[in-house]
Amino acid sequence: MKTLVWVEHDGQAVKDATLSAVTAASQLGEVHLLVVGQGVDGVAGEAAKIAGVGKVHVADDAAFAHALAENVAPLIVELMASHDAFVAPSTTHGKNIAPRVAALLDVMQISDILSVESEDTFTRPIYAGNAIATVQSTDAKKVITVRGTAFAKAATEGGSGEIEAVASTGDKGLSTFAGSEIAKNERPELTSAKIIVSGGRALASSDQFHAMIDPLADKLGAGVGASRAAVDAGYAPNDYQVGQTGKIVAPEVYVAVGISGAIQHLAGMKDSKVIIAINKDEDAPIFQVADIGLVGDLFKIVPELTAKL
Amino acid sequence: MARNGHLSRQRRHTVTVIETNDFTLEGTPMKVLVPVKRVLDYNVKPRVKADGTGVDLANVKMSMNPFDEIAVEEAIRLKDKGVTEIVVVSIGEQKSQETLRTALAMGADRAILVVSETKVEPLGVAKILAKIVEEEKPDLVILGKQAIDDDNNQTGQMLAGLLNWGQGTFASKVEIADGSVNVTREVDGGAETDTLKLPAIITTDLRLNEPRYASLPNIMKAKSKPMAQKTPADFGVDVTPRLTTLKVVEPAKRSAGIKVADVDALVGKLKEMGVAK
Ligand SMILES: Cc1cc2nc3c(=O)[nH]c(=O)nc-3n(C[C@H](O)[C@H](O)[C@H](O)COP(=O)(O)OP(=O)(O)OC[C@H]3O[C@@H](n4cnc5c(N)ncnc54)[C@H](O)[C@@H]3O)c2cc1C
Ligand SMILES: Nc1ncnc2c1ncn2[C@@H]1O[C@H](COP(=O)(O)O)[C@@H](O)[C@H]1O
Repeated sequence: MKTLVWVEHDGQAVKDATLSAVTAASQLGEVHLLVVGQGVDGVAGEAAKIAGVGKVHVADDAAFAHALAENVAPLIVELMASHDAFVAPSTTHGKNIAPRVAALLDVMQISDILSVESEDTFTRPIYAGNAIATVQSTDAKKVITVRGTAFAKAATEGGSGEIEAVASTGDKGLSTFAGSEIAKNERPELTSAKIIVSGGRALASSDQFHAMIDPLADKLGAGVGASRAAVDAGYAPNDYQVGQTGKIVAPEVYVAVGISGAIQHLAGMKDSKVIIAINKDEDAPIFQVADIGLVGDLFKIVPELTAKL
Repeated sequence: MARNGHLSRQRRHTVTVIETNDFTLEGTPMKVLVPVKRVLDYNVKPRVKADGTGVDLANVKMSMNPFDEIAVEEAIRLKDKGVTEIVVVSIGEQKSQETLRTALAMGADRAILVVSETKVEPLGVAKILAKIVEEEKPDLVILGKQAIDDDNNQTGQMLAGLLNWGQGTFASKVEIADGSVNVTREVDGGAETDTLKLPAIITTDLRLNEPRYASLPNIMKAKSKPMAQKTPADFGVDVTPRLTTLKVVEPAKRSAGIKVADVDALVGKLKEMGVAK
């Protein structure tokens, strides 16, 4: 099978999520990449070095500057004439683009795969990961999104992909990018952090969230996450949300502070290697999945812990 | 009514405080289509059937997909901004009538049920919705970003592709302007705003709004609102599934670990793990 992997990047560098998608794609067969954007020579060069990569198709055009699905999907559909599968990481961009491609190809997408069982059979989580389905696709071409935490990252060196320019399919005039507020974050990105400290509703205010969670995260060199309740209440920005409808993470260590452990939250972090929970309620469901639990008031425990690390 | 299972709805009382925008839309009546799906209530713990064919849905509470409640709410709020008619659609078993009635009680005007007693995949749903759009000619279709049963997160994007419309997915803010709509979207790393030409597709994220509860008088009123019944065949859409589910199993279980007595013991554990020095 010849597979086309959409390369997620920020204009400068290839995003880690791409590397997991490449690993999934390599289990299907020959891996080709697609770098779409404006001024992406650097990204294309980097992409070509990813281990195991064949061709790197590069489409450079102002219409692609912001990865608008309306403009990118038609380009992918054209390239799919010579590929058997399209693979994208399950990032917000990937989830935005891939189903549009699938519909244009008249293919039912397989979302968020956890494993490749064969060329047409995959496992994927349903019901917030409370069940794992094995699904077989009868479509001639496959459109797949890949859960990053389920696949190892392909090596960023060792490949020598052949870079090939692709003509732009142009601006479809349906949408324009009007701006973004992307938080500058010095901390490790959630989806690739080795350690994550997450705060919940118990933090009770944005100030306390930062006063408690940030110093602990700094001590541990950790990324910072949050429950939906904490995000909804404005204690933390929306892209901190871990869970069924937020980010899916699987760090070495996940520290849940003042988080009850609703199934929607567990869906996003229960594949972490070690889970540590701090909660004043000894019956909180989070303790059912925690490897190490400490019952008590986080406002006492967290400062003490931070000081002792 | 069917809502008393919802726990974390503390913020719902804010619905009367409707944000107003600077612009008005005099003379441009708009129609909004909102697809809603009946799913296992989000408070119910899903149980995998012993025979491995799926999740047990017999005798469990079913509700409107939470993201679709947000979609219905958003459409209702847009009534202050030029929206004159809200049509809700569900594709599914007869019991989806309940879900549609809930949407009508919240404030939608009219419902269409496309009956299929077998599961219709997002691609099939999108194709049916595309046909309904051809007939109804809405200016906006607002869907949920994902149905919390199959967690597909596809239908809105597929519909946008089939119609060749713009798509504002994972919306946390929607502002209608003249002939276009500004959609602020929750993306990795923060937020992004796109301007879409109307007609357009929007899919809702959690923070777009807080859905209202239907009041008792409105629940009564909803009973007499029109509900049309169709079948996929009426639209000439073949809904034969493209994916075959071979089996459904429970995920590997995590077992509860230990509780430590105090911070010193926790620090000790962290040191053992090499996380702390
Ligand atoms: C469609 C849908 C999607 C959702 N998606 C997500 C998602 O992606 N991610 C997500 O997280 N949630 C999601 N949720 C919400 C989820 O159901 C829960 O409401 C949410 O996770 C609860 O957050 P919490 O644990 O911070 O708050 P709570 O459940 O209120 O828990 C707070 C915890 O803090 C403890 N506590 C309080 N004070 C202290 C103290 N001083 N010291 C120590 N402990 C203390 C309490 O004992 C309690 O256990 C979703 C819900 C729906 C309906
Ligand atoms: N059977 C259905 N009937 C009506 N709307 C649906 C149906 N399936 C999906 N949708 C809509 O599409 C959204 C995304 O669903 P999905 O792509 O299945 O995750 C939902 O939130 C609904 O708005």
